[in-house]
Amino acid sequence: MNFKKLLPQLLTLVVVILVFGFFSYNAQVNMENRGITFGYGFLSQESSFDVQFSLIEYDGSHSYFRAYLVGLLNTILVSVIGIIFATIIGVIVGIARLSNNYLIERTAAIYVEFFRNIPLLLQIFFWYFAALRALPLPEKAEPMFGVFFLTIKGFFVPAFVWNNLDIFIYSVIAAIIAIFFVRIYAKKKQENQGIQTPVLLISIGLLIILPLVSFLLGGVDASIQIPVIEQLSKTSFTYKGGLKLPPELISLALALSLYTATFIAECVRAGVQGVSKGQKEAAASIGLTPNQVLKLVVMPQALRIIIPPTTNQYLNLTKNSSLAAAIAYPDLVLVFAGTALMQTGRAIEIVSITMLTYLTLSITISIFMNWYNKKIAIKEK
Amino acid sequence: MFKLVKRLTSVVAMFAVLFTFTTETMAAKKSKTLKNTQKKGFVRCGVSQGLPGFSNADAAGNWTGVDVDVCRAVAAAVLGDSSKVKFTPLSAKERFTALTSNEIDILSRNTTWTLSRDADIGLTFVGVNFYDGQGFMVRKNSGISSVNDFKAGVSACTNLGTTTELNMRDFFNSKGIKYEPVTFEKADEVVAAYDAGRCDTYTTDKSGLAAQRIKLSNPDDHMVLPETISKEPLGPVVRQGDSVWEDIVRWSLNTMIEAEEYGVTSANADMMKTSDNPAVKRLVGAEGELGAALGLDNEWSLRIIKQVGNYGESYKRNIADTGILPDRGPNQLWTKGGILYVPPAR
Repeated sequence: MNFKKLLPQLLTLVVVILVFGFFSYNAQVNMENRGITFGYGFLSQESSFDVQFSLIEYDGSHSYFRAYLVGLLNTILVSVIGIIFATIIGVIVGIARLSNNYLIERTAAIYVEFFRNIPLLLQIFFWYFAALRALPLPEKAEPMFGVFFLTIKGFFVPAFVWNNLDIFIYSVIAAIIAIFFVRIYAKKKQENQGIQTPVLLISIGLLIILPLVSFLLGGVDASIQIPVIEQLSKTSFTYKGGLKLPPELISLALALSLYTATFIAECVRAGVQGVSKGQKEAAASIGLTPNQVLKLVVMPQALRIIIPPTTNQYLNLTKNSSLAAAIAYPDLVLVFAGTALMQTGRAIEIVSITMLTYLTLSITISIFMNWYNKKIAIKEK
Repeated sequence: MFKLVKRLTSVVAMFAVLFTFTTETMAAKKSKTLKNTQKKGFVRCGVSQGLPGFSNADAAGNWTGVDVDVCRAVAAAVLGDSSKVKFTPLSAKERFTALTSNEIDILSRNTTWTLSRDADIGLTFVGVNFYDGQGFMVRKNSGISSVNDFKAGVSACTNLGTTTELNMRDFFNSKGIKYEPVTFEKADEVVAAYDAGRCDTYTTDKSGLAAQRIKLSNPDDHMVLPETISKEPLGPVVRQGDSVWEDIVRWSLNTMIEAEEYGVTSANADMMKTSDNPAVKRLVGAEGELGAALGLDNEWSLRIIKQVGNYGESYKRNIADTGILPDRGPNQLWTKGGILYVPPAR
């Protein structure tokens, strides 16, 4: 290594260390002057506040760390829901934009231009405050299919009450593993003999049959608990039993997926348009059906263009989910960087943990998408 | 390097301590916050984002309220003009950080005095300007007339990052009721959600309930339940570590309350200079050297009373006449059956 090359690197390193050193020293001095103590011990203290919606068992007698987990899981939940729906809507709209049907193409274009040009926070407020006000009160809700109730207090759906849930889960895992092997087998068969196997049909069949067997032979039993209306006072009602999705979760997931889907749609359109016309014509000329052209020739090439920008959109969606605080969805920012921060007053500790958590979440998504991108990249032989 | 800095600072600090002992009266002028305020020419005051009666801005951006008056009193005492205040609206979540990070010098924002806030996070509470307690608001037609009528499954809207969240849990737990807390960052969002029917009850300090009720689409359809489930002494807060500034804010507030006790109002303050009562004369600066102890001139308290008025005037102007809480309740002087009682200014 020569010194000239190393010098700029070294200088940068020194500057970075000095900047960090200055800020942490400054914070230390200021905190000492104001009698603020520093430490992460508070995480094990009793939190003494409740949260309206949690995936794990939690109440105020648990620790601040548990409250942190509650917020983190809620953030992950809304991000995963958002990513799934944004991808589905995005792919459909993206392909619709390429349609030859004028009406479909225009509708998709208007949707994209409309939703991506309105600030996300406004959209969240719209779905929560404007759309929520239009929802009926629990006692006036019309049941959907007799068992779903969409009300101003949330979406009440039937819940399953399980017997031997573990056996059912094992059967699903077994089905997934079986599908995995079927795919490998199908791929080999195609490479060796050139015969295609209907993998999708077999996979769906496996996913249905194996859990079904667990019902018949494994003693698995599920009964459905339907939400029942309950009176709280003369004029206020709610539903008991069943599962409750808070309206905050619904409006946040809705706003996030509708907003992000517009960007994904553009990625998809760009990806498909990026595959040269010659490829499609060549595929058609060797006798592939239009479906096969899309599946075997266009999509594998389009995906390479689609995935990197879509990864950015997934990251954006996850970070944007922190706007939840505006509408009372108990995500990481609201529960931990909000209530917990206020109750303990430990701003530096809590904000640093929150920042690290978002960083970790983003990097995880990023690593996964990079892995997937590498997997489908052109392998030059 | 770090050790050296530490040693140097401790030496400097020791000298500083010695110096303050030798020139005690000079100490008053050593307040960094006071000096900065005088240099800037305005008091930096943190208030709420809009709570009628306490701190609320009108269409023209003029702030009014009893919390606002505390800052105005300090401005009158320190700068001679009660209008020289810069107000910063803060959410419950932001308020303490804004104070400790030096963005404001007084936090007068319906803030509850608690041990952990006072001792643990670099704040000092200087007094109480409103004795409050947490209550519940419900719809009149709900048939709920007492907190004992709440049933499991009740959803309660409230503000994020307040003592309200903790009290609510204590209360519902003691009753063994499972409830659903819905917490928003801004008060306006709480009101909107409760108004829409998202929650069965809205809980916060009773004064806040009374003030926010006006913002509902049909205020007459709602009522505040009679029970109070907590003690909420609200008062101004300053940064820890500047005892002179702390004293100035404390005694500015005390002056307003003591002025009411002795019947000194903004109208008659000048005439009171010739009063027969030495306590009154001290209050308006006609006797004694009380201002010097705070690093101020001797007319500081007179200016507070003349420009802002006494506590009773402030209460009447902001809370009673606006119809928020016409009855002063515990916020009445101790001589009239309330619990307002301040140490004597002498």
